[in-house]
Amino acid sequence: MKKINIKINGQSISCDENKTIMQAAHDNGFELPNLCWHPDLSIKANCRVCVVEIAGRKGLHTSCSTKIEDGMEIITDSERVKRSRNLNIELIFAEHIERCPTCIWRFNCKLLDLADQYKIEITRFKDRKGKRKVYKFGNAVELDGTQCIDCRNCIEACGNLQKINYLGLKGKGVNQEVVPVNEKGGLPFIGEKAKKVDCIYCGQCAVHCPVGAAQEQTHWHLVEKGLRDKSKVIVAQFAPSIRVSLGEEFGLKHSKAMPGQIVTALKQLGFNYVFDVNFAADITTMAEAEELLERVKHGGALPMFTSCCPAWIKYIEFYRPDLIPNLTASRSPQIHSAGVIKTYWAEKMKINPKRIVVVSVMPCTAKKFEAGRAELKVNGNLPVDYVITTRELAWLIKKNKIDFVNLKPATADNPLGEGSGAAAIYGASGGVMESALRTAEYLLTTAQDSVCAGLKNKNKLKFCDSRIEFKDMRGQNGIKEAVVEMADKKLRIAAVNGIGNIAPILEKIKDYDYIEVMACPDGCIGGGGQPIPTTAEIRRKRLEALYKIDAKSEIRRAHENEEATAVLKWLEDKGKLKSQVLYTKYKKRK
Amino acid sequence: MTGLAMDILSKIKKANLVGRGGAGFPTAKKWSSVAKALEDKEAGEGKSYVVCNASEGEPGVMKDGYILEHYADRVIDGIKIAIDFLLAEKGYLFLNHSYYKKLNKTLTPFLKDSKIEIFIKPINAGYIGGEESAILNAIEGRRIEPRLKPPFPTAKGLWGYPTLINNVETFYNVSLAASGDYKNKRFYTITGDCPFEGVYELPDNLIIEKLLNQTKNYPKFPFFAVVGGSASGEALNSSQLKRQVSGAGSIAIYSLAKNNFKKAIKSWLDFFVNESCGQCTPCREGVYRLQEIFMKEKIDWPMFNSLLDNLSDTSICALGSSVATTMKSFIKNVHPRINEKN
Repeated sequence: MKKINIKINGQSISCDENKTIMQAAHDNGFELPNLCWHPDLSIKANCRVCVVEIAGRKGLHTSCSTKIEDGMEIITDSERVKRSRNLNIELIFAEHIERCPTCIWRFNCKLLDLADQYKIEITRFKDRKGKRKVYKFGNAVELDGTQCIDCRNCIEACGNLQKINYLGLKGKGVNQEVVPVNEKGGLPFIGEKAKKVDCIYCGQCAVHCPVGAAQEQTHWHLVEKGLRDKSKVIVAQFAPSIRVSLGEEFGLKHSKAMPGQIVTALKQLGFNYVFDVNFAADITTMAEAEELLERVKHGGALPMFTSCCPAWIKYIEFYRPDLIPNLTASRSPQIHSAGVIKTYWAEKMKINPKRIVVVSVMPCTAKKFEAGRAELKVNGNLPVDYVITTRELAWLIKKNKIDFVNLKPATADNPLGEGSGAAAIYGASGGVMESALRTAEYLLTTAQDSVCAGLKNKNKLKFCDSRIEFKDMRGQNGIKEAVVEMADKKLRIAAVNGIGNIAPILEKIKDYDYIEVMACPDGCIGGGGQPIPTTAEIRRKRLEALYKIDAKSEIRRAHENEEATAVLKWLEDKGKLKSQVLYTKYKKRK
Repeated sequence: MTGLAMDILSKIKKANLVGRGGAGFPTAKKWSSVAKALEDKEAGEGKSYVVCNASEGEPGVMKDGYILEHYADRVIDGIKIAIDFLLAEKGYLFLNHSYYKKLNKTLTPFLKDSKIEIFIKPINAGYIGGEESAILNAIEGRRIEPRLKPPFPTAKGLWGYPTLINNVETFYNVSLAASGDYKNKRFYTITGDCPFEGVYELPDNLIIEKLLNQTKNYPKFPFFAVVGGSASGEALNSSQLKRQVSGAGSIAIYSLAKNNFKKAIKSWLDFFVNESCGQCTPCREGVYRLQEIFMKEKIDWPMFNSLLDNLSDTSICALGSSVATTMKSFIKNVHPRINEKN
């Protein structure tokens, strides 16, 4: 790439052309503040806090939107720049009602950081948004108008990124407000007829909001209350993807997997038992692989769609109920896990399931919605009682002054502790499918219908030299496709990476046998409940970390997880209970 | 470029036409840059559009409505010339809602068999709905507010295609220049505390004082004038009128007896609080805070001035920066005079 020469604050710099001032400054150690800028989204340049002076040009210029040019002289710290930057931050601060004591953002709040860094007086203007509404989306996500700074990242994330278009702007000037489009006058486009739109709870608005105005509906306080109730057995279960992301909240590198520290932290918070959802992901994989082959062999509805992503389920139920028969009947890992805890484990431990409180720690906001689905009840109990996000867990750890980084790692409680490498990659787009294919291929080459049968005939495992890695399903492309041959079968498969990429696939579903859909970019590691910032680059590092866990695992196929297959065997003769724990139904939503 | 196109461009150049929407950008330069953007596009992508801005949302400016009422043929001819010049797909006449009601019947015959379509400016588009990139958003059905520039509409306009946007008067002048009838005149709107409010077509180099005298509008009482748009123009005292009219060619006369300092500034602030689109911080928050500060008993002038400077330095569009123009010029040019009179 062509190099050009610029000056920043008098310092000569040679850098690649086609960069913005913000990028060039960042690459050379000049940090410029920003709020509305996010690498996942288009450049809007509306917060105006990244302004700089450019020699020979009138006015100030936003560094996020201005490209560098040869010979450009940029000044980032003149009095004029400081005046406008500070004033704009101050103006923005007066839009945001501080709720610091209970805000899970408190420890990494961008606004507080900016105020501190630039010595902003945050009380010169009176807060003006005290009477704004809080919009709740299901029990999962909320948009708090009293904290919104009008940067529009949420609208972009919901529209351009996810293509759901549930959020729009109402009014103009100081009366401008981000609202769900169903709200009168809140259409994203004027003149266009209102379409039937609903939130899928993916939380991408939240993970792209710089100030926590869009965020999860927090449940940490309920969990805190539960932890104090000594009559209950409080169980935590954590998702595959949070082990590689939680560390970021504590300043650690993105590639660091810390399941052991997570277990210790949860124990220190007061949880009686801690389980790893990776274990149940192996159960999900086996149930799903069996169902896929059943459908392929006996003419069931194809393509079969994965169902682990609750935002995708909401999408189907609301936008395409005609495709409900194509969803796998298998429950998702958190529900499998909790179902097993409240049956198999409860029986083993001789604990009344009603005494057990299961708290999921998920990278996801939609999991909160999933946990409340009545049809998931097992023996009349909802499997999961509370769901908190990665961010909520980080908040609890920080709030309780637990030194996460230096915790002594512990292993998750058994017998529901260990998961295979296939389970670890559930957090990656394409991972669920890859895991299911590993087991499906084993079943096909050993000519079996069920993993349980396989266990009876262990020596067969030996001559099964099936593939482990399905690399076509990996990576950050929006749509990943392949044709895989297994025994005498050819499977046409696709992974949809982010719900924004779903449209072209839905137009030609007949071309596929098996489709994985994850609503969030790059799968759960990019989930709506993950640490902020989450960017393509950060997601790439989290992905790498997950695949590293898989590569290093002793067992890499779900059906080789003996404890997990033991659970399936236990369920074999339980009749109704088996289907209650393993399978579910979906319903059309209006 | 075809010979015909070169010919019209050189006529525009020779006439020294400048945009009459207010910015005064050289018309030939704008036309050339659209043509250049078209040439740079790959084959098969050579679409372009022409938009005539008849939004006229600036208070104190009425000349576009006047021109359309009296010279619709010339304006439409100008748009057609532009369409032919670019071999454009289509032309839009972006028309103020009240003008549409009044002039629809006058305009329709001229549009027959042409590529020009009337696009009625949505009622809620307001003042910002006249900003050229906001017009593009309106036509595309998006939220009506300015786009980030660059890219400029000349390179990426309607649906991403090069788009030429000129004001009504500019197209009128193009038509005159094309037929050799351009006589260096322009339209002036004179309003306010004066006996003969109205639109006048007079030589483009007249100084304000002469304009007021020739139209028998020069006040006999202490006054100030706001020139080039009553909301975004420049406030001048009576000793500063030996200059030409800037911007969209308007002069609004205010009697000093009727318009005190508080009233004048308050009306501008009210206007901008209502009309700010809400996109960028310095304008959305800034004008609101200016109003808040100004309505207090004790005005925090250093903060007031900081907010004004911040507007002219950091707002996305010219509306934001013009907020400062009116008020700063008023405080500098007119305010001392008020005190003198007392």
